[in-house]
Amino acid sequence: MELFRNRLGLVLLVVMPLFMMVMVGFIYPSGGVSISNMPIAVVNEDTGFSGSTIPSQTFITTLQGINNQTGMMTLTTASSLDEVKDLVQRGELSGGIVIPSNFSQSIYSGQQGTVIIVTDQSNPQISATIQSVLTSVFDEMGTMMAQQQVQSMNPALNATSALAVVKPLNVQTQGVVPGNPSYFDFVAPGIMAMTVMMSVMTGLPVAISQEKEIGTMDGMMVAPVNRLSILLGKTLAQTARGLIQGVIILALAIGIFGVTIQGSILLVFALLLLGVFSFVGLGIVITSFTKDQETAQMLMMTVMFPMMFLSGVFFPIQQMPAFMQTISSFLPLTYASSALRKVMVLGAGVPQISTELIILVAFGIVMIAIALPVFRRMMTR
Amino acid sequence: MDATNIIEAKNLTKTFGKFTAVDDISFTVKKGEIFGLLGPNGAGKSTTLRMLSTLSRPTKGTATIGGYDTVKNDMEVRKLIGIVSEKMIIYNRLTAKENLFFFGNLYNIPKDTLTKRIDELLELVKLTKWKDTQVGTFSTGMRQRMNVVRALLNMPQVLFLDEPTLGLDPQSSVEIREFVKKLNQEQGTTVVLTTHMMVDADLLCDRIAIVDHGKIISLDTSTNLKKIISGADTMIIKLEVANLTQDIITAIRGLKCVDAVTQENSLSLHIIVHGEEAFDNIVDIVRSRNGKITSMANLQPTLEDVFLHITGHEVRDSADQKIPMEHGPKEFRPQRRVR
Repeated sequence: MELFRNRLGLVLLVVMPLFMMVMVGFIYPSGGVSISNMPIAVVNEDTGFSGSTIPSQTFITTLQGINNQTGMMTLTTASSLDEVKDLVQRGELSGGIVIPSNFSQSIYSGQQGTVIIVTDQSNPQISATIQSVLTSVFDEMGTMMAQQQVQSMNPALNATSALAVVKPLNVQTQGVVPGNPSYFDFVAPGIMAMTVMMSVMTGLPVAISQEKEIGTMDGMMVAPVNRLSILLGKTLAQTARGLIQGVIILALAIGIFGVTIQGSILLVFALLLLGVFSFVGLGIVITSFTKDQETAQMLMMTVMFPMMFLSGVFFPIQQMPAFMQTISSFLPLTYASSALRKVMVLGAGVPQISTELIILVAFGIVMIAIALPVFRRMMTR
Repeated sequence: MDATNIIEAKNLTKTFGKFTAVDDISFTVKKGEIFGLLGPNGAGKSTTLRMLSTLSRPTKGTATIGGYDTVKNDMEVRKLIGIVSEKMIIYNRLTAKENLFFFGNLYNIPKDTLTKRIDELLELVKLTKWKDTQVGTFSTGMRQRMNVVRALLNMPQVLFLDEPTLGLDPQSSVEIREFVKKLNQEQGTTVVLTTHMMVDADLLCDRIAIVDHGKIISLDTSTNLKKIISGADTMIIKLEVANLTQDIITAIRGLKCVDAVTQENSLSLHIIVHGEEAFDNIVDIVRSRNGKITSMANLQPTLEDVFLHITGHEVRDSADQKIPMEHGPKEFRPQRRVR
């Protein structure tokens, strides 16, 4: 009731997870989704071989063909390597492709044709993307050219066989589930787990210290009500709040960002509740140590940030250095978000996430066992 | 246990770290009595009240309410008591009625009974009109009335009031005092209140415990406390000097027959003296310093004088004192609660 009268609070309840999703989702590159229309200049210095510039023309056509499909680059032309460098330095270009003067000549004389890629080193993300895109263009072109050459050497071969001669091995990627998960699919379960658990762990101390500060806590304490039921009530309220936020995130993820849930949605909620359970104890301990709201909030920040980054919510744990991985293996959020991800993205059932479940339950029980005596002592101070 | 004693406190002590807030206090409160704890801020009144109302665990000593120990039988004690704390125990975003329902539900009162009682209580403090208004929009006086009736939801046998008139205008203070008096007379509710307002103590309390530095210095009825002064050869003098200077005040304070001096405004002094020559001595001092006495009167002792006489300092905060410290700088007294 109190929450509904606080309009701003209510709005923030919805907006906070939205922000989190939108920011993280859009900023972090996820394949071809987030990088598009990079300005790239093409410099063709090819002088040709006995008047023919076919190889460089083919290269440019292929490049344009691929780019039309992905829309990743905006191609322009420039006159020289120096001009490209200058434009990159000015920030007008993200990179350039230079076809040197001996390109056609090399190819016709049986040598490798080399193309120079100019990258903007100040932006490694984009630079890496250009490199990978261009590499695939070259790959495709090289294959095509080789295919033609093989075919011209042995006209009996058809195109497919010629390809098999040039490139005997091919890779086809297949996920556990159909479809191509985006970064949202990766990050949404983590954010859900984080929001719900944090709301209990941090909301509890803030709520209780706030009541202590305005004095209403005394009103409850002088009533013949068990202290634990006060705590339980507060916990339930925060859990409900966290779950509402979790549902909002889920709805946003599905509705706006096209995330799909592969596994059971009931299991998703069961996992969120389990996550809450594993955090309640920690929340109570923090509650017992904080005297006022400000401290509670500060403590919350201190605990929240490392958790956010170390639990694999935003970045895969495997990316981190070894000592950080060790730390992250002690955080319950790691297991909750990993289990949630398995269920949501990979469609896992209970058996596949049993390790995570056991760890979460154990963590919850241990923390509560520590928390209750601490809380009792705090209340009778 | 004496059957007429509803509260018995024995050697109550509370320390916060090295600081002793309440130092070995013992007293009893009779059923149906209005009992006051009077003293300056930080004297340990609120802490005493919190220990009696089970909110704080005594470091040493015990207290019983209605025969129940406040630590061992805290649940039973809580059923018997209501508390009006200095911080108002109400949710600003809830309406008057919602607030009372919320706190009423904590006492397991059946819904019909509770609804009826809430209506009665709101009527009693003239808030019926505002029952569906959010409490946050109320004036301080209205909020305090809410705060008081909230404590009465469980029809407590003992009502604890912590500084009930703090921050209220005179009219609201009178209303609260009359309400408490009425409650005491009609329902027989035992009332324990803390205050640093002499009027509250004087007008309300059957017996007053004067508390200072965590100890009860004196405990008696208002009349008897005043006799401490009027019984002895102590007098209260109100002295008005047209050209009052600091020099004159210092000189008066230096007199052997003077116990305490308080400056009331730029012209007048409030002096507690003893001995027959006091009058003459003061007049001599003022005249010898070319002071023009415009008026000099012998006053009836008030509780304030009693306090001043017993403790040597005023009840009001040192910050309110217009004259420098009388007994050297007061020792540092941490304030446990923020005002």
